[in-house]
Amino acid sequence: MTTAISITDLKKTYVNGFEALKGISLEVQQGDFFALLGPNGAGKSTTIGVISTLVKRSSGSVKVFGKNVDTHVYDTKLDLGVVPQEINFNQFEKVQDIVITQAGYYGLPRTLARERAEKYLRKLGLWEKRNDRSRLLSGGMKRRLMIARALAHEPRLLILDEPTAGVDIELRRSMWEFLTEINEGGTTIILTTHYLEEAEQLCRNIAIIDEGLIIENTSMRNLLEELDSQTFILDSPVEIGTVPNFNFKDVSVCKVDNKCIEVTIAAGRNVNEVFAELDRLGIEVSSMRNKTNRLEQLFMSRLNENGLK
Amino acid sequence: MFANHKYIAFETIVIKEIRRFSRIWLQTLVPPAITIALYFVIFGNLVGRRIGEMGGFQYMDFIMPGLIMMSVIQNSYSNVVSSFFSQKFQKTVEEVLVAPVPNYVILSGVIVGGMARGLAVGAIVTMLALFFSDLRIEHPLITVAVVLLTSAVFSLAGFINAVFANSFDDISIIPTFVLTPLIYLGGVFYSVQLLPTFWQVVSGLNPIFYMVNTFRYGILGSSDVDVYWAFLILGVFIVGLYSSCIWLLRNGKGIRT
Repeated sequence: MTTAISITDLKKTYVNGFEALKGISLEVQQGDFFALLGPNGAGKSTTIGVISTLVKRSSGSVKVFGKNVDTHVYDTKLDLGVVPQEINFNQFEKVQDIVITQAGYYGLPRTLARERAEKYLRKLGLWEKRNDRSRLLSGGMKRRLMIARALAHEPRLLILDEPTAGVDIELRRSMWEFLTEINEGGTTIILTTHYLEEAEQLCRNIAIIDEGLIIENTSMRNLLEELDSQTFILDSPVEIGTVPNFNFKDVSVCKVDNKCIEVTIAAGRNVNEVFAELDRLGIEVSSMRNKTNRLEQLFMSRLNENGLK
Repeated sequence: MFANHKYIAFETIVIKEIRRFSRIWLQTLVPPAITIALYFVIFGNLVGRRIGEMGGFQYMDFIMPGLIMMSVIQNSYSNVVSSFFSQKFQKTVEEVLVAPVPNYVILSGVIVGGMARGLAVGAIVTMLALFFSDLRIEHPLITVAVVLLTSAVFSLAGFINAVFANSFDDISIIPTFVLTPLIYLGGVFYSVQLLPTFWQVVSGLNPIFYMVNTFRYGILGSSDVDVYWAFLILGVFIVGLYSSCIWLLRNGKGIRT
């Protein structure tokens, strides 16, 4: 399989002395949907900045589809589409002009640029707004416009830096569908996000970056399997009397309120057995949900471990 | 990048620049036209009638080339400085920086955009001048060449200002404290022959003096400077400023962290 992006011992120290990246190495395979997670200031945006050449690295190397970004500037930039965290289009320009102009920077003739603008503005639900000044768009629309702009030249690798920040849940889900569709179409996607549910739902592989270092780099499946336990909130349609006494040592139960209990189940314990036990105890369950997002639980534990080092 | 892709990228930047200053024509095209029209009315017509001749021409005819050149210089400079600084400030410059556009294409596009505004305002002012004077162009090639080269010089200078500017104050300091005095002391309103020898020598250090006088030579056929010397100076400035701009872009000064 071809490597979409290969980063080796990347370091970046800003002029004020802040060491944003302390030597990160990372590989993302072609076709992957990859999550780059980390707290604010961890180095995610700096990494994206270096890949897109907006940030000058201090040392290390970056290859896009096997080509060095220094020696193959044209090819690597052509393969790359970037959706930055901050709105960075001219807010006085018309929506359609922003996409057409970006396509022009990549050498697309005007007619093709117009076709691409229509294609992606339609896909992202912005076609009706094509003649509006971009400053009149809502926050969610502005983010979708940046995605349409990044796709105008149809890159093989799309990097999205918190594309759903501040976007309502309905819109976020429609963006997830769109991103899944283009990933299935062959576009490699690297996503940074603070919504861990988003990363868990969309991404197959994950890296966690903290204080300029990669502290975890694995598949989403492997990471989630590392969970020691999961806590579920169970709702009952009828009142639960006393806290039930479970026969299992690796399951703990506590009462949240008269119609709700919290059950913590250790990894490896069959959930069916827990439900059978609940049934035996006469507890009827009408709904069930995770107390916290599974990835969030792991993410916090990794950050805590890193903080203790 | 293939040559035709580079051309499309260049054309895209130029169209974007022209669209920008055309969209805000009330700020970019009208004010300079009004200002220069007032110069024509007050200095050329009202005061000029009492002055009589300057350098062998009616005062209105004498100042007209300088006023056209002044508008070209100021607008070429201010278009590039304000456009590129705004792109830096709003981070929209990142759009072109992440794309595979060579630095010289970026620079050429921005500079041609600046020249387009300078020449557009110059054309408006020239049309206004026709209401006050019978315009005859003695040396059309020299006139066109000098106005194009001067516009390029000040577009390049505006680019350097924009790269180093950190605030909107920084983009008005050079035009106010350097450019305007140099234009006014560059022989727009008077012949340098009127000055004492010392000040004539000092005027010779002002590059705008050569540009204004060469443009005047193109239109009226008379100049205080050697035209070939003026073109040499313009050439040196263009090469020097262009090289500096490319160096600044390559090193990402002010645009890449």
